[in-house]
Amino acid sequence: MLGSYSEAEYGDFQRRLILLRIGLLLVVALLALRLWHLQIREGAYYRDLSENNRTRQVLMEPARGLIYDRHGVLLANNVPSFSLYVALDEVKDREALIEQLSDLLELDQAFIRKKLGGKGGKLLPRKIKDRLTLRDAVLIESHRLDLPGVMIQVESQRNYPGGVTASHLLGYVGEVSAEQLEKPEFSDLHQGSIVGQYGIEKSFDRYVRGQAGSKRVEVDAHGHEKKAVVVEKPQAGNDLYLTIDVRLQKLAEELLGREYGAIVALDPTNGDILAMASRPAFDPNVLSRELTPKQWVEIVQDEGRPLNNRASQGQYPPGSTFKVPMAVAALESKTVSPFSTVTCNGGYQFGNRIFRDWKATGHGAVNLHSALVHSCDVYFYTVGQRMGIDLMAEFGKEFGLGQSTGVNLPSERAGIMPSTAWKKKVKKEPWLPGETISVAIGQGYVTVTPLQMANLIATVANDGVNYRPRLVLAVMDRITGNLQELPAVPRGKINAKPETFRLIKEALADVVKIGTATRAKSSVVTIGGKTGTAQVAALRTGPQESIPKKFRDHAWFIAFAPVESPKIAVAVLVEHMGHGGSAAAPLAKEVIEAYFKLNEGQSAGATDAPAAERIGATSEPL
Amino acid sequence: MIDRVTEARGFDTFDLRYIGLIAAILGIGLLSIHSVTHDQDGGIAPYYLKQVAWIGVGTLAFIVMWAWDYHTIARLAYPAYAVVLFLLAFVLLEGRTSKGAQRWIALGPFSFQPSEFAKLVLILVLAQYYSKAPRVGWLQRVIVPGLLMLPGLLLILKQPDLGSGLSFVAVYAAMLLMVGVRSQALGIALLFSVMLFPFVWEGAWGALHDYQRQRIMAFVDPSYDPSGKGYHALQSRIAIGSGELMGKGLFGGTQSQLKFLPEGHTDFVFAVYAEEWGFVGVLVLLALFVSLIWLSLDIASKAKDQLGALLAVGIVSMLCFCIVVNIGMTAGMFPIVGIPLPLVSYGGSATIMSMASLGLLLNVKRRRLSLFY
Repeated sequence: MLGSYSEAEYGDFQRRLILLRIGLLLVVALLALRLWHLQIREGAYYRDLSENNRTRQVLMEPARGLIYDRHGVLLANNVPSFSLYVALDEVKDREALIEQLSDLLELDQAFIRKKLGGKGGKLLPRKIKDRLTLRDAVLIESHRLDLPGVMIQVESQRNYPGGVTASHLLGYVGEVSAEQLEKPEFSDLHQGSIVGQYGIEKSFDRYVRGQAGSKRVEVDAHGHEKKAVVVEKPQAGNDLYLTIDVRLQKLAEELLGREYGAIVALDPTNGDILAMASRPAFDPNVLSRELTPKQWVEIVQDEGRPLNNRASQGQYPPGSTFKVPMAVAALESKTVSPFSTVTCNGGYQFGNRIFRDWKATGHGAVNLHSALVHSCDVYFYTVGQRMGIDLMAEFGKEFGLGQSTGVNLPSERAGIMPSTAWKKKVKKEPWLPGETISVAIGQGYVTVTPLQMANLIATVANDGVNYRPRLVLAVMDRITGNLQELPAVPRGKINAKPETFRLIKEALADVVKIGTATRAKSSVVTIGGKTGTAQVAALRTGPQESIPKKFRDHAWFIAFAPVESPKIAVAVLVEHMGHGGSAAAPLAKEVIEAYFKLNEGQSAGATDAPAAERIGATSEPL
Repeated sequence: MIDRVTEARGFDTFDLRYIGLIAAILGIGLLSIHSVTHDQDGGIAPYYLKQVAWIGVGTLAFIVMWAWDYHTIARLAYPAYAVVLFLLAFVLLEGRTSKGAQRWIALGPFSFQPSEFAKLVLILVLAQYYSKAPRVGWLQRVIVPGLLMLPGLLLILKQPDLGSGLSFVAVYAAMLLMVGVRSQALGIALLFSVMLFPFVWEGAWGALHDYQRQRIMAFVDPSYDPSGKGYHALQSRIAIGSGELMGKGLFGGTQSQLKFLPEGHTDFVFAVYAEEWGFVGVLVLLALFVSLIWLSLDIASKAKDQLGALLAVGIVSMLCFCIVVNIGMTAGMFPIVGIPLPLVSYGGSATIMSMASLGLLLNVKRRRLSLFY
């Protein structure tokens, strides 16, 4: 009946079937146990992994705050640009990727490797390059499938519509460096973040930087974005309103033209910097880009040192402009009276050495007034000799010489106001009496920056009341919309009689009227000022035209206007252009006249209040 | 020995339960396939519709294998084996290559995988052999059936298709264990196989393809390289684990929806299901499978003759092997060998073969009460 099935075999088979059932149940129990382990015991862990698997953190760089001049003219904004990012955790073969990218974009492999190796979490995509050309961006997008982890992001890129205009003031931006990232103030940044590297962009970086946002983007295994899961919006930086009037700024830059030098214009009543020009300049749009090492070398080794802000970083002997603080010192220390005279015969004998006056024939009998008007050296040699270096240094310091003005710009230089203590400390030598005589006419060890001299003449014009030079008028908070004005910061008052300032201002007005600076005489406004000629190489005589330009004297002119109630103070320095009266004074006159023409119809002192109102009207971000 | 007197009876409640289980598992498969491929281009039709078509063809195969007397079918075993061997050889010469393996024969827009059918044919061959051969001595019990299996195994391994090769061996081993060896010999064979393991391992390891070795290495340490060798294993574990108790819901499986999980509609469909339906869903599916196998083993134990019993055992062993290895590999218990989950994974050849096998099983049950002469 059962065919070839024997009874014994049948029983054996049934037993084995039972064993098979038991075995099967055991195996299924094992499977269930394993699945219980995965899904219940470690379920939360794997849920976490799966969340991270599908989302990718993408940083959203903030737009930097905009920068305007005092009348709301745009100086720095942002334009969209393509940036190339790589999400490290999605890169399967890093070396292959480096090779592909370097082929596609013609980038150096070492450069890409360095960028990929930057500091930061594993989930943080690394920025490889910004300002991609449209062609490169399209090229990358079309190779997207072969480039896992590579993405193109549209970001805002700093742009300076004015190009070289006010470049030293504005500065430029760049990627935060590895050294900067170590510092606490950059702790919330990451590799690839853009920070100000120079100028206002640097010193006001914390205002304009803004805050990066991030989105968690759901992506599939091919790196395609499906949707943004959470968006933490980036917070744009605050807008700045500068004290400069860009029209005046442009004029100052044009006046310098191709010459090297600086022009600084201040409002003596509050320290506002109305213009601060330095030439040669650079294009901040170029410097805000990633430069090749070769480009860097070219810029850094440029003989004109275009990155140097000559207004705040250039240190020059003040020449005869130094006679202004000397005059105040002489009167206040009662070294001279306004009426006491010195006879000038073209030279001053000290020991066995003769210090020459610039006018070989001499000025005859001069008092303080005529000594300033005609810039008599012998008078000040005498006064300086009587005062001694330390008294001179004391007054120099009162005028802020030898110390930074406190302007909010990076790397401001302090210049040197020498004294016996200074020489002992720095040169480790005793002060020589003859050195006092050089300093008395602004030569020798004394050096100043154009900004310091502008501040000095502003202080004189303002009867001794001194303000810290101010660059930023107001900050517009992007969140609250509030316009916060940064107040003028008084730095103190020079302890001198008003009579002293009156006498000196009279003399300085005569300098322009009948003295060494008649080329600054204006039909628009009364100007007072002082010329200066800073010797570059000592003891070079003969006509300036006969010596190489790099050894020729620097031309100085410091001025204020109107003489009666000064609203603007100007310092002009032109390198290697000889006499201040001919090379520098006409430029100061142009700036001053332009200032009054631009502000015609409104009393000069009233410019500030309406400016703040106008700011409100024009503060729409571009 | 040949029955022809009483015709088999129609459906009874057993059959309804049996078919109900198959339908439920097929339904789960369709749902998961649809879930993971709903945003993919499946070619001429969406994947789930194509799978519906395969199930239709499979139903035909099921009916044929159910209706036709299994003794007649078994008599065709050797000719069928010859055809399968020819097809396996043909596939090596002319077949379509995919992922480094040559497994498919193109039939118009479809591809046909002879190794899947080879499994069923092997079951028929071995059942036919053991039911006919006078089973005395090692030679006839172990060696001859081994030699019968060998050409098919070698051709499959040459493709290479480790999964089908292993199923082949599993079917052979199951037959051996059930009828091939005596109880005492069973113990000795186990001892020997443990002792011989290192040598076999050496030979087997050397014969493996690079990607196969990498998959096995990845099994040892899946976290070693998330995007490389262990990628499949890790993503699959993440998918299953993240399902937790209740799952993420239909279409909610981010692992599979966002394509982190490769081959989500074929070999890794279990991970998709586990992610979307959680541990609860997993238990339901396991229960369905266990019930189906339980009923199948009932058929084996109540088969009226040895051929029927052997056919039933062979088919059950093959199904069990595929289910356990597939779930085990997606859950990270075994190395990844390309074995689909029967009735659930997308794929024409495998679906048709599974359904034909189950039809044959029901055929055995159907004739258990028929009379013999």
